[in-house]
Amino acid sequence: MENIGPFHAKALILKPELAVLSHLCASTLTPVKSSSLLSVPSEAPSSRIPACLFVPPSPETEEITIRVCERLFLSDSRHGQQLLQSPVLQTKRRDPVVSGGLGHGRITVPPGTCERRSPGAQEVPGQSKLVGTFHSRCPITRRSQAQLPVAEYPDLRKHNNCMASHLTPAIYAKLCDKATPNGYTLDEAIQTGVDNPGHPFIKTVGMVAGDEESYEVFSDLLNPVIKERHNGYDPETMKHPTDLDASKVQSGQFDERYVLSSRVRTGRSIRGLSLPPACTRAERREVERVVVDALAGLKDDLAGKYYSLTQMTEKEQQQLIDDHFLFDKPVSPLLTCAGMARDWPDARGIWHNNEKTFLVWVNEEDHTRVISMEKGGNMKRVFERFCRGLKEVERLIQERGWEFMWNEKLGYILTCPSNLGTGLRAGVHVKLPLMSKDPRFSKILSNLRLQKRGTGGVDTAAVGGVFDISNLDRLGQSEVQLVQTVIDGVNYLIECEKRLEKGQDIKVPPPLKQFK
Amino acid sequence: VSTPNVIMPFGNTHNKLKMNYSAEQEYPDLSQHNNHMAKVLTPEMYANLRDKETSSGFTLDDVIQTGVDNPGHPFIMTVGCVAGDEETYEVFKDLLDPVIEDRHGGYKPSDKHKTDLNPDNLQGGDDLDPNYVLSSRVRTGRSIRGFCLPPHCSRGERRAIENLSIESLDALDGDLKGKYYALKNMTEEEQQQLIDDHFLFDKPVSPLLLASGMARDWPDGRGIWHNDNKTFLVWVNEEDHLRVISMQKGGNMREVFNRFCTGLTKIESLFKERGHEFMWNEHLGYVLTCPSNLGTGLRAGVHVKLPNLSKHEKFGEILKRLRLQKRGTGGVDTAAVGGVFDISNADRLGFSEVELVQMVVDGVNLLVDMEKRLEAGESIDDMMPEQK
Repeated sequence: MENIGPFHAKALILKPELAVLSHLCASTLTPVKSSSLLSVPSEAPSSRIPACLFVPPSPETEEITIRVCERLFLSDSRHGQQLLQSPVLQTKRRDPVVSGGLGHGRITVPPGTCERRSPGAQEVPGQSKLVGTFHSRCPITRRSQAQLPVAEYPDLRKHNNCMASHLTPAIYAKLCDKATPNGYTLDEAIQTGVDNPGHPFIKTVGMVAGDEESYEVFSDLLNPVIKERHNGYDPETMKHPTDLDASKVQSGQFDERYVLSSRVRTGRSIRGLSLPPACTRAERREVERVVVDALAGLKDDLAGKYYSLTQMTEKEQQQLIDDHFLFDKPVSPLLTCAGMARDWPDARGIWHNNEKTFLVWVNEEDHTRVISMEKGGNMKRVFERFCRGLKEVERLIQERGWEFMWNEKLGYILTCPSNLGTGLRAGVHVKLPLMSKDPRFSKILSNLRLQKRGTGGVDTAAVGGVFDISNLDRLGQSEVQLVQTVIDGVNYLIECEKRLEKGQDIKVPPPLKQFK
Repeated sequence: VSTPNVIMPFGNTHNKLKMNYSAEQEYPDLSQHNNHMAKVLTPEMYANLRDKETSSGFTLDDVIQTGVDNPGHPFIMTVGCVAGDEETYEVFKDLLDPVIEDRHGGYKPSDKHKTDLNPDNLQGGDDLDPNYVLSSRVRTGRSIRGFCLPPHCSRGERRAIENLSIESLDALDGDLKGKYYALKNMTEEEQQQLIDDHFLFDKPVSPLLLASGMARDWPDGRGIWHNDNKTFLVWVNEEDHLRVISMQKGGNMREVFNRFCTGLTKIESLFKERGHEFMWNEHLGYVLTCPSNLGTGLRAGVHVKLPNLSKHEKFGEILKRLRLQKRGTGGVDTAAVGGVFDISNADRLGFSEVELVQMVVDGVNLLVDMEKRLEAGESIDDMMPEQK
């Protein structure tokens, strides 16, 4: 018998429609009679899940038999257990590798169980049928249990994130050997969701995009994730409206006895360069160069200065901390597991205008994060500056031959699927001490399509009855629509607060329709 | 959008993308860095190596990522690079040979490393004074040839390693007979017991390890095996494929080393029965993930009470001459508590296992004698050892 060397699941490449689910695990069954494989109870999942079993070399022939199955057998999987047979087709030889040897085997199908035949296949009753050969570097071992651990499919049984909800073995099998033109793969996209099972109360997204093409190449997984995260928005059938005309916004001045500050943020990605999880050092530096170059062209109330994280002085750093502008190396495992903190602090920095009302983060979680803010309740002015600044930056990069990542299905493309569309979070810090104690507060927020956070940002608690109130939605409505939603909603909340102050009752508003 | 079918774990399309940029544009900023990799990796070397890859697709940037992300400490010199498979040490030898030479006391690319796991070759070691030596321990690591190492292995490989390990360890008998506890399946009770025994290892938190990708998919494929007597312990898929530990209370280092060698040799033959061998070659000895653990990968140590000696001005110098190092009893990067130190061999490569344990045995005996002298108020000036 040839020296069976180390194993590489994907060395066995079958026809795409029966792509191996990397079931070619080194752990194998003891030689199993074909009939016993068939006696396993079946459910009927609707999706076709290709898989392949190894049976270790039989003592007589020393040949490895591989059964290729149309449905996957996962003894522990919540996707059920089923085993049917189908013929397998062609294999490709993998280039030999230095360490270990090449294995070989024959692909057979147990007798009487074929549902489909490959052309020319002869079935002999009572005998396994040879349908092909393969090459792999698989070490064959024996196990006492006839269990089939799946070689590469992640164990998502304890997971509660959008990726885990939608990554079936079938989708994994289909996408596991695909890559974007830049070389970004499925395993890289989902790594953060595999490493961070999530929280029982908060459902995280669990995957990221490494480049613009990820949303296309991995759409079989990303579309259902997007649909779940964005309340039913279907990228296959719907279009996302972009509208940065700030003049359309109405009554954007809040009562400043309640609203302490107003802020709008979004992100933008530079088309043609990989996103933070995947970008090379040179690409990241290129993003910095392109953006800083463009920002240098801003004038008047938008004129400002860039502070590179690697080069800022102690004084500059302290000033940025005092202004609450400085961002730190990410510590959240959601981000670090996605590879966003690589090479820190190379090519990261902060730009802001002299008036400190317009701020751009470079190469943090996205290529750029753009923030417009000021004290007080003039949301209209904040949004107006936001739109003006964004459009001006876009014009400046276009002059130099660059553009933002955008398409009409997904709007502005950002690293995290949760930020697609507008990527916009418009919010205020507002005093609502009485409202916040009212048991209807959460319901009112939810119907107004708003969310609350503490004033330290996401995952902080409110202090002194002051809340960060912002829009829930990102995709499926335009910037103007979302900001209007915040304006109308916050005005309503202030009205409620005033009524409670006077001892009057408040009403829960009817829920807003989501996709206008 | 074209989607090239890639050979996994990862095709090398991503590294080819970098070739569109010049070496200068891609070269990392190492100006704030103090680790072995940063000392050695010149822009020219980066340019020469950056288009190379091992057969499993491990590239130069993969090797150095941890060293780029962790500039190091002004007082401690970290290694700053890792191997993703056995071939890494060959394909990237231009970088790794000088790192190895620097880290392992001048070990040259032409040097040969001796392996000696015959415990009979150890002299003495069974009578370290238990009034001072509280416990004795020997650990090493092993990698299974043909699989990628923890920074680079796929889930399937990691699970295959786990399964192979379980099978082989299950076949141990006698005083080595034991049980495997998979991290993801253990009960609350089992977990508490392992914590109480100080056996349980946690998901790595050190950025040195995280940045190299060793914690991916935690806790999938990870586990702890130990014998019923709790004197022989194997960690599966933590920092290396296998970490093997023999330990017991008291000063009988000889017995600890005996069990260590017997256990390791048995495990090796059990793996061989299943068609696998350990990564080993005559230049680098046993091949492990971190270049600092090449050769023997062996750390033999004791927890020893040295309250007087540790305050002596020559303590550091004595340890250096004996080729020993001190740590706190919580392990590397912890402080000593109550004058109790973890004293172990400083070397890994260029000396055999027997030689290293001998150094520990002889060295600790001397340290305890010195401690006794100081307790008695006497001088130790005439006991100063020569540089080994």
